[in-house]
Amino acid sequence: MDLGPYLLLASLEGAVAAAVLALTAVGLSLVFGVMRVVNVAHGEFFMLGAVLAWWFASLVAGHPAFGFVLALICAPLIAAVIAAAADYFVLKRLNYDPEATIVATIGLLYIIQQTVLMTYGPDARPVEAPFNARIYLPWFGYSTYKFFVIGAAIVLLIGVWIMLTKTRIGLVLRASQLDSEMALAFGIKVDQVYAMVFGLGAGLAAMAAVLVVPIQQAHYLMGGDPLLLSFIVVIIGGLGSIAGTVVAAILIGMSDGIISVFFSPTLAKIIATLLVAFVLIFRPTGLFGKRSI
Amino acid sequence: MSAAAKSVWLHGGVITLLFALQFVLPAYHHGNLARIMVLAVYAMGYNMLFGYTGLLSLGHALFFAAGMYGLGLTIAFLDFAPSPALLSGIISALIVSAVVGFLALRTTGVAFMIVTLMFAQAGFLTILLFGEYTRGDEGFVIQQPERVLAGIDLTTPGNRYFAALILFSVCLIITARVVQTPFGKVLIAIRENEDRARMLGYDVLRHKLIAVIISGTMSGAAGAAYALLFGYVGASFAAVQYSIFPLLWVLLGGAGTTIGPLVGTIFMFYLIDLSSGLTSAYMLIAGVTLVLLTLFARQGLVGELRKRALPWLP
Repeated sequence: MDLGPYLLLASLEGAVAAAVLALTAVGLSLVFGVMRVVNVAHGEFFMLGAVLAWWFASLVAGHPAFGFVLALICAPLIAAVIAAAADYFVLKRLNYDPEATIVATIGLLYIIQQTVLMTYGPDARPVEAPFNARIYLPWFGYSTYKFFVIGAAIVLLIGVWIMLTKTRIGLVLRASQLDSEMALAFGIKVDQVYAMVFGLGAGLAAMAAVLVVPIQQAHYLMGGDPLLLSFIVVIIGGLGSIAGTVVAAILIGMSDGIISVFFSPTLAKIIATLLVAFVLIFRPTGLFGKRSI
Repeated sequence: MSAAAKSVWLHGGVITLLFALQFVLPAYHHGNLARIMVLAVYAMGYNMLFGYTGLLSLGHALFFAAGMYGLGLTIAFLDFAPSPALLSGIISALIVSAVVGFLALRTTGVAFMIVTLMFAQAGFLTILLFGEYTRGDEGFVIQQPERVLAGIDLTTPGNRYFAALILFSVCLIITARVVQTPFGKVLIAIRENEDRARMLGYDVLRHKLIAVIISGTMSGAAGAAYALLFGYVGASFAAVQYSIFPLLWVLLGGAGTTIGPLVGTIFMFYLIDLSSGLTSAYMLIAGVTLVLLTLFARQGLVGELRKRALPWLP
């Protein structure tokens, strides 16, 4: 292949990665922005979405699309309920003390990951895509499902944006973010808002995973990479800023595909982790943010 | 009895007890206890920073691994004898902790936790990147002839136990001593109220940096000793899990107590040992313990004991 088609392929793959990453990272960013909680277990909710998608798909016989639609609705819901319960039973009782919540979410990470290992097992399992038609470009064929992933992510992100800016839920949410005590004084049930936000964050990660699992297999250790990448995106995009997160996700997702052409994946990860560390050391607000961590 | 005298009796008692135990324990638990003492040194190193200075690091595996590879690589590639190799392990950890401390201490709180986590992860990945030399996840074995320290063969269970006990005792005494010196009191003051410590004229950053270095070097000594005593060097010791373990041990035993790390390591070691017979998902126990500790017993076992019955515990 010439360079042109090659770059086109790389940017298509990058767009898929960016779409999935944007959804996952917005979930993390929302939780951090509203609750000031760094959710280390975020990647495990992503993994949970993928594993549940496999489970739902295996329940339904017939055309793979039925199982997929069922998974797309139910898997994020289950992940959200588990997350809301974790918030209610654990994080709330810690009064959202930043250090204690990190330790608790590390505990949560191992609880979810190891429970999946005990029940689902150590194998990586594929989920069949709901449709598999290919578009034939002059140079290569490309799966239409991947275009669907990009489109679905854009729709979902616009949905989140409308919810945050146009609806009453969004208003309550932003009020709790700006000043939780004042919101409480105005009769907003802040602890319910927090449980909802934590659930929503986890649900978005699970949703991203359901979308990606026909491309990438479900495995109990698959939560590590989305967690690291979401961290990078949230920190670079400015902590707690949703718009910044989306921009950074597109930037990182697109460049990840191109960078991995030039560097080994391990070296790329080393650069990524060091980038997070040095941004936090020298620009604690994130590259484009105003509030520090 | 004065606080200092009680401290001498307590720590002397613990060391004597550990010394006596080697004659009565069955072989399996004898071997376990040697391992626990080395890991408890790691926990004591962690406790110096977390328990006494109030800095929660999520990246101590980097220091443990610096000690381990500082010893292992010099033996494997530079043909170092065990004693200079041990020294090289400790010095590696000292340098790494000084660099990490210098950079990471510009941040506080949650940012400090994430920065240390990221540095440790970068270290782990670097070990994998140079898999040609480090043998990556698979690791490499240090052979018996290379584990004879000053004429003492550390591969026999008796010698190994004794070496572990000596290292443990030295580190316990250092910890007990440091926390009673004015320097240690300043660390505790920083933990309790950093702004006030600064207002009183203490150089907070310098004290924190020294605490990171002591903590990291002690952790590295544990890593080097672990490689020397048990003959194996592997990347799994640099992974995130090994950063979480000392946090877990110290939280369980009691942060900011001298014997808490040992108590926590013993309990957690046997908890995981027992559960790994039942399931391969033994990290589940670690997760549940972490959540329960943060919810119900922030003080840990020794901390609760101090709060309820023995207020003099150092």
